Formats: sequence, structure tokens, C-alpha cells
Amino acid sequence: MAGYIVKRFFASILTMFVLITITFFLMHAVPGGPFSPAEERKVPKSVMEKMEEKFGLNEPLSVQYVNYLKSIAQGDLGFSFKQSDVTVNELISRGFPVSAKVGLVAIVVALIVGMLLGITSAIKRGKWADWASMIFATVGISIPNFVITVLMLFLFAVVLKLLPTYGLSSWKHYILPVIGLAFGPIAYIARLMRSSMLEVMRQDYILTARAKGVPEYRVIFKHALKNAIIPIVTYLGPLVAALLTGSFIVERVFSIPGIGRDFVTGISDRDYSVILGLTVFLGLFIIVANFIVDVLYAIIDRRVKIEE
Amino acid sequence: MKLLQVENLKTTFHIDAGQVQAVRGISFHVEKGESIGIVGESGSGKSVSMLSLLKLLPDNATLTADNILFDGAQMVNTSQKAMRKMLGRDIGMIFQDPMTSLNPLFTVGEQIIEPLRIHQKLSKEAARQRAIEILRMVEIPSPEKRLKQYPHEFSGGMRQRVMIAIALSCSPKLLIADEPTTALDVTIQAQILDLMRDLKDKLNVSIVMITHDLGVIANMCNRIIVMYGGTIVEQGTTREIFYKPRHPYTWGLLRSIPQFTEGEKKKLISIPGSPPDLLRPPAGCAFTSRCPYAMKVCEKQPPQSVALSETHQAACWLMHPKAANHMREVIG
Repeated sequence: MAGYIVKRFFASILTMFVLITITFFLMHAVPGGPFSPAEERKVPKSVMEKMEEKFGLNEPLSVQYVNYLKSIAQGDLGFSFKQSDVTVNELISRGFPVSAKVGLVAIVVALIVGMLLGITSAIKRGKWADWASMIFATVGISIPNFVITVLMLFLFAVVLKLLPTYGLSSWKHYILPVIGLAFGPIAYIARLMRSSMLEVMRQDYILTARAKGVPEYRVIFKHALKNAIIPIVTYLGPLVAALLTGSFIVERVFSIPGIGRDFVTGISDRDYSVILGLTVFLGLFIIVANFIVDVLYAIIDRRVKIEE
Repeated sequence: MKLLQVENLKTTFHIDAGQVQAVRGISFHVEKGESIGIVGESGSGKSVSMLSLLKLLPDNATLTADNILFDGAQMVNTSQKAMRKMLGRDIGMIFQDPMTSLNPLFTVGEQIIEPLRIHQKLSKEAARQRAIEILRMVEIPSPEKRLKQYPHEFSGGMRQRVMIAIALSCSPKLLIADEPTTALDVTIQAQILDLMRDLKDKLNVSIVMITHDLGVIANMCNRIIVMYGGTIVEQGTTREIFYKPRHPYTWGLLRSIPQFTEGEKKKLISIPGSPPDLLRPPAGCAFTSRCPYAMKVCEKQPPQSVALSETHQAACWLMHPKAANHMREVIG
């Protein structure tokens, strides 16, 4: 177990290094920079030079790269180029809890609704409940979440005036963003759960459970579910990382001050340190989430040996 | 005393292509404390008939019967839910492949304890004690340790012992064993059969043993039912079936048991042809197309079961009083 963790740790460092390198050079390959003058506002050349010097942008790219690696090794993600009194670390510690709160609710909703839909449709295979949930799932996978988010915003907030359009100050504020975030995952989980459940219900040990006199609901929710849930756990890693670290679109649409929104603003501002910092944070989060999923795997299925 | 009595059981699967008549009107009974064997090739309806009795078939299967009496109670219209309460308690079942019959994600202990908790409402500790007792009964060494292990830590033979332990945990009156030794290698087969024979006497449980291997039931069962194409073609005591078989299919089955005689090399004998398509079952006897003695009437009308002794019946036109005398001499 200890050896496994050490191995995973070094693999993660390597992954992070590659991630940082690619992001760094791609970002600099894009024309323009954080202080490229906007069309309408000409900045004097001397001011530009002073600013670039302050942020080290006048150095050769290789030197900037090494400097960045040095500071990130100490956990310092640097100052934001555009909001110069804020560090990227502060930006994350301010935005992440907000994103995580909405994300967590969305994950719980997606898991419960998605799994229930999938189980129902597997058990009622070929009946109308199966058709209904699979049509819903197909629609959910095919329509991008910004379309659904905007449509719902229009319907519930603008036309029916039932729900607020932005912010997070009451539980009502959570409804639309959570649906927006959970819609795609619900559809995906439902499909995954259905096929996995159908597969498991065919297994011999389900017949054994029935022949032991186990009531059908227990056959489904105990014997079958524990086996059928394994593919869902695999999907959980990337899902948790994606939802907890904020969604670009949903946070933008509902003006939620999470890190997803900061990311979008960072990109349009070419705020180098924000883009890099958030990428590193997101990357780290995915790595940790995947590690937890692997451990969870071994806990659910004892045949999986973690040392390997 | 009859423990199980089945009359005119029919099981049909409704699929897109039509109706598969997997079991086409079978009648048999099981006495208390006896063990019977059901033999037949794959698709003859032997497993399906048992699973349909227990309401363990998928939704697309329907069952009809004139009578299904278990311990005096009528079960023709028993719901699946009510049936579940009897399964594991009055009727235990073990299956062909012990490698896949146990849930890989629960410990063996949890799987043995479950029916005890459901049917006998035992406390956790009492159920655990009982589980240890049963594991000892099926001769699994160090049962306390084994309870905490998962199925993948057991060998095939050990897993089948666990399956037997689960099936017998609530002391059922009837044990249905669906090819319990087919997936095991020969030495383990013998051990499992010995164990089942021992337990049968010890617990006074009736056994229905489904198999395609006549060798398995020869010294295990008092009576044998031979099935072909969803019908019972012959049934009788083990002695009658082995020494005085009357149905051409039974002859074929007996001839196709591999013989290991020293010296001479014998070719393995098989029954030519393939079993009938139960989606379009033949009008007459199902075995007609493969029967070397088939007559015109065999194609047209299904033969009635003819009683040859109190215990021995065969469904074959050759047994008919009007069948040519010389033919009956050939058989007799």
C-alpha cells in the first residue's frame, strides 16, 4: 500500500510537470499578452515596458518558465496580472468553496437521479418507464449544457418568474445552476447504470440470491447494485473534479463567483498566472480524485489488488 | 408421502420469433426423503421445468399446470413474491457453476447468513454460529476464518460446498441441484456427490438432481426421469432405467456413456441428429427424426405414456398394444 502511494505520488508529479509545461508554452504561443493594448485605448510604450518588467514578461520565455516552476514548487501561484493586488492562491481560496458547494449538490443530485433512472429502466426493460428515461438520457447527452441552462433560465426566471437569475443567496438560487450542472451527468449515469445493471441481472449469483429467498428489492439494491455500481465509480473521478472545480458556462450564466468564472475571465484577459494557476489546481484535483476512486475500487471489490 | 406432485406442467417462452414451448406437459412426483434424477440433453427442458416451478424464470416465461402440490399446498398460482418466502426455507437450490454462482463482492459468511436472517429471523451472532456449524457440516476446514473470506479465495469444489451450505442452511425439505458437478473436475465431482449423499441421509432432505450425466445419478438417485424435447419420455426406478430401459432415447443415452474396457478400443457412440426446434415442436413424438425405430404414427401423434410397472412408464408407440408383436419382443 505504501509503495503504491509513493509510486502514484511520483507519477502525479510527472503528470503535473507535463501539464504545466504544455499549458505554459501553448498559452505564450497565442498572440498578444496580458497587457496588449485594447483597440480603443493606447498605452504609452514606456508604461508597457515598465509593466512587463514588473511581471517579468521582458525576460526570455525559458527564464520565465524556470521562474514559474520555482515558485510553483513552493506552492506560490503568483499574482494575478490583471488584478494586481490579488494572488492566484487567494483567488482559488475565494472561488473554490463557492464552486465546490454548487458542485457538490450537483454531484449528489446527478448520482441519485441518474442511478434511479438507470435502475428503473433496467428493471422495467422494454416498458414505458424504460423508454421514457432513455429518451430523457439521450436528449440529456445530446444537448450541450449551455443550451439547457439558458433555456431553463429563460423559462423559469424570465417567463415564469419563479426562480432568481443570478447569485447564490438562498436555496432557490441553487436550483437552476444545479440542474444545469447535473443534467449531462444524470443522462450519462442513467445510461451507464442501465447497461451495467442489465449485465449484472443476468449473472448467476442473482439467480442464487433469488433462490435463497431474498426479496426482489434486496436482490436489486443489495446484490445487483454493489456489482453494477463499479462503472459509475470510475466515472465519479472525472465527474467530481469537473463539478467541484466549477463549470465555465454555468457559473458565467448565473454570475456565480466560483473559479470556473475566474477561469473564463482569466482566459479572455490573457491573465497568464490565473490561467496557469487554475489549470494546475484543476489538474491536481483530477489526479487526487482519480486516486481516491482507485482506492474506492479496491474497497468495493476485494479482487482488485491495490499493490498492482 | 408425496412431497412434490406436478401434473401437466407447461412452460412457454414468449420471444419475438414466437413461442418456445420449452416444457410441454410433464407430470412427475417426488417422495419425501427420496432423490430423483432428471436426465436429458441441453434444451430438453430439465432446468427450465424446475426453475418455472420455483417462479425463477424471467417475465417472458409463462407457466400452466393442472396441479403443483408441494407438501400439500397448491402452488400453481402462487405469486413470485409468496414463492420467495418458500425459497431458501422449504426449497434449496444449487447451480451448475460454483465459480459464478456466488456474489463476488460479499464475503462467504454474509452470503450464508443472509437466508438465515431472512427466514429464521436469527440474530447476527446466532446466524454466524449457525453458519460455522453448516460450513463444518459441508466439511470446510477452519470455518471461522473462511466466513470472512470472499468467494475468489475459494477453489471450485470449496465454492460448491459453500453453495450446498447456503442451500441447506434453513434445513429445506427439498434440494434441487442443477448439474452440481458438471463444472468440477472428476475427483472433486466424486467428493461433492459423496457429500450430498451423506447430507441427504443426515438431514432427510429430498433431492432432485438435474444432470446430463447418467453416471452421476446411477448411485445417487432412487428414480430417474428421462426428458427429451420438453417432454418426459421415460421414468422409473434407477434399476428399471439402467436394466430395462424401454424408450429408444434412453437406449441411446445409455449406449453413449463412454466405456473404459481394457484391451479393445471402442468408438464413442452418439445419437445422430439434433434435438427438435421447440419454436415449432413436431406434431408427433419429439424423438421421431432421430429414432431408428420410428414408424408413421410417431410423426403424426404424440405417444401416450404406458405403464410398464407400478414405477416404470415410457411414452413410445413401440409400447402400444397394437405395435407389431415382433417389435415388442425386440424391446422386451
